[in-house]
Amino acid sequence: MSDLEQFRAETREWLQANCPEEMRQPVRGPEDHCWGGRKWQFQSDAQRVWMERMAEKGWTAPQWPQEYGGGGLTPEQAAILDEEMKRINARTPVSNFGFWMLGPALLKFGSDELKRKHLPPICRGEIRWCQGYSEPNAGSDLASLQTRAEDKGDHFLVNGQKIWTSYADKADWIFCLVRTDPNATKHNGISFVLFDMETPGVTTRPIELISGESPFCETFFDDVKVEKDAVVGELNRGWDVAKYLLTHERNNIGGEPPGYLKGRALGPLAAEHVGTENGKLADSALRADIARLETDHMAFRALVAKVRAEAEAGEGVGALSAVLKYYGTELNKRRYELMMDAMGAEGLEWESERTQGGMFASEWLRSKGNSIEGGTSEVMLGIVSKRVLGLPDA
Amino acid sequence: MRLNDEQQMLQDSVARLMADKGPVSRLRELRDNRDEKGYDQPLWQAMVEAGLTGILVPEEHGGIAFGLVGAGLVAQEIGRNLSVTPFLSTAVLGATALSTGATAEQQSQWLPAIAEGTALVALAVDEGAKHRPDNLSTRYEGGKISGDKLLVLDGHVADLLLVAATDGSGSALYLVDPKASGVTIERTIMVDSRNAARIRFDNVDAEPMADGAAALQTALRAGRAVLAAELAGLSREVFERTLGYLKERKQFGRLIGTFQALQHRAAQLMIDVTMTEALALQALDACDNNADDADAQVFAAKGKAARTALLAGQEGVQMHGGIGMTDEFDIGFFLKRARAGGETLGDANFCADRFATLGGY
Repeated sequence: MSDLEQFRAETREWLQANCPEEMRQPVRGPEDHCWGGRKWQFQSDAQRVWMERMAEKGWTAPQWPQEYGGGGLTPEQAAILDEEMKRINARTPVSNFGFWMLGPALLKFGSDELKRKHLPPICRGEIRWCQGYSEPNAGSDLASLQTRAEDKGDHFLVNGQKIWTSYADKADWIFCLVRTDPNATKHNGISFVLFDMETPGVTTRPIELISGESPFCETFFDDVKVEKDAVVGELNRGWDVAKYLLTHERNNIGGEPPGYLKGRALGPLAAEHVGTENGKLADSALRADIARLETDHMAFRALVAKVRAEAEAGEGVGALSAVLKYYGTELNKRRYELMMDAMGAEGLEWESERTQGGMFASEWLRSKGNSIEGGTSEVMLGIVSKRVLGLPDA
Repeated sequence: MRLNDEQQMLQDSVARLMADKGPVSRLRELRDNRDEKGYDQPLWQAMVEAGLTGILVPEEHGGIAFGLVGAGLVAQEIGRNLSVTPFLSTAVLGATALSTGATAEQQSQWLPAIAEGTALVALAVDEGAKHRPDNLSTRYEGGKISGDKLLVLDGHVADLLLVAATDGSGSALYLVDPKASGVTIERTIMVDSRNAARIRFDNVDAEPMADGAAALQTALRAGRAVLAAELAGLSREVFERTLGYLKERKQFGRLIGTFQALQHRAAQLMIDVTMTEALALQALDACDNNADDADAQVFAAKGKAARTALLAGQEGVQMHGGIGMTDEFDIGFFLKRARAGGETLGDANFCADRFATLGGY
C-alpha cells in the first residue's frame, strides 16, 4: 500500500470514528455553518465536538504548518481528506475570514511572532476574524482609502470608517488596511494591521441588504489604540498584502453556487415547477436557457481545472484569477435568474413558510452582490485587459 | 486535463506543418482558382506522410491510433490556419465509422487505404436545412438505398460514401460506391469555400455494416468533438489577430486598444475562447476514456464552440472596422468558416437540445 493509500485508509477510519452523525447531514442554510469565535453559540454539542476534534488533529486548516496549529498535510493529502469528508457528507468543522484570508496572508507576510500569536487560535476556532478594506469613498478604487493610523510613538491611533465589513458585529478581531503615510503616493502609504474589535473606540452597525439580510456592517474607529507590532509585512507596504489576498480570494471562487442551489441541478428543479411535456421541460425557451447556462458552466469548470493544474505545475495563476472571479460570479447570477424564472410565482413569496421566509428570492437578490464584492466585474475585465491581454492604458 | 509529452510533440509538429503548408493564403488560392478537387492536395500528401490521416486508424490497419485528443490537436491547428483538407470527412468521420461498425472485410479494404492516403471517405447524413440524424427519410430496403442527401463533406471527391439510412428500425450507416448506378452527385461550394455535395441515391446498391447504428453514433460524436476543437482553434486565431489590431490601429490620435469599450469586449472574448479550448480538450479526452458523461461533454463542447466561433468571427470583423469587411483581408474567411463549422453535425441549438435531454429535462 502506498503512503497515500495508507493515509486515505487512516483518514477514512478516523472520520468514521470521530465525525458525529449530525455533522454528516447536508447543510440546510447559513445557520448550519460553524463560524467559531468568542461570541459563537454552538448549535449543538455535535457541532462543538466536531470542531474540537478536527482542531485537535490540525484538520481545521489541513495544509497550514503543524507548529501553528494546522495539519501540515501535503496538497495530495489535503485532497484526500477533502474527498473522504465529502464521501460521508461531513460538514466543514469551522471556517471564517481567519482561515480564508488572514491565515494565508500571515503565512506569506507575517513574522514568526505574529504567526504564533494568531494562527493557533484561528485553527482552534477561538477567534473569528473580519476584513476591513472598503470605505465609503474607496470601493473599486480601494487604494484611495482614508482611514488614518497616526504614529504616537509606542502605538498607532486609528481614526476613520470602513464599510462592507463582513460580520463585523460578530467578529473578534479585524485585519484592516489603514493609511500610515499620508504624504506617500496612494499605493505606498498603506499598512495592513490587526486589532481586537473589543478595543475602545470600535463600533459597528449592520447594513440591511436588498435580500433582507445583514451580513455586512459599517465599522467606525474613533481614537482606537493599535499596537505597533500588529503590522503584517512591512510598514507602508500593506498594499502588497492586500493585493495578494484579493488574488487569493478570487482564486477561491469556483463558480459553484452557495445556498439552496448548491449541488442541485437546475433542469430537474425547473421541471418540478413548470412541468414537462414528452419528457422535456414544458417551457422550451427556459429549457434552452438552462442548457446554455449549464454548457457555459461545464466550460467554466474545464477552465478552472486547467488553471488549477497549471498553478500546481508552478506556472502560477496570477491575473487569471480575475478571469475566474468575473466569469464565476456572472454565471452564478445567471443561475439565480433562471431559478427565479423556473419558480415563477412560487419563488416570489417573501413572507411565507412555503419559501422558508422568502429564501429563494433572498438568495437571488444576494447573488447580485457577487459581481460587486471582491472587485466588480468591470474592474476584473480591466485587469484582464491590461495584465493578460497587455492592452495599453488610456 | 493537460497534454502528455507525446501529445505536446504532436501539437508542436502539426502547428508547424499547418502554418508552413496550409496557411489561409492556400484557401484563398484554391478558391480563386476554382480548384477542381477543392482541397489542398500537397498538404494532404504531407499529412499522409506524417501519419495524420491514420490518426484514428487502428495499428493493425496501418494507422497510429493516437486517439481523439490527438485528432483534436490536429483540428485545432486546421482551425487556426483554415487549412483545406479532407481530415474531418475521411480521417475522423470515415475512420471512426469504419473502425467502430464495419465488418472485418470492410475494415481491411478501407482502413489501410485511409491511412495510406489512397482513399477519401464522405459521410452522408443530413437531408434538409437542419441536422436530424435520428429522423431520416432515406430508406434501406432489400440491399438498395434511396434518398436525397446534402452537406456531404468532400462528397464529390470521395472514393467511398457512408450513407445514413433507416430500414424502419432506426438510423444506420451503409457503404455505397459513389460510381454505382443511381448515384447523382452535385458539388456544392459552400460559403466557406469548402466542398460539400448534394447526392441523390436512386435505388442504389448498398452494403450493410456489422453494426451500422453504432458506427453512425460513434462517428457523429467523434466528428462533433473534433469540430469543437477546430472551432476553438479558429476562435483563438481570430482573437489573436484582433488583439494585435487593437494594439496597432490608431484613431482619434490614440491606439484603439486604449478604449475601455473594446478592452472589455476583447477580455470577454478571450475568456470564451479559453473556456472553449479547455472544454473541447476535456470532451475529446472523455471520449478516449469512455467517460460516463462523454456524450454530454461533446454536446456541450460543440455547442459552446459553435457560439464562441461565431462570436469571435463577428467581433473580429467589427473590431477591424471597414477593412474587416473587405475580401482582400483574411478575417472574413474565419467568420465564414465559423458559420459553416457551427452548422455541421448539429448547431448550438441542436446540441443544447441533446444536452438538456441527457440532463433529464
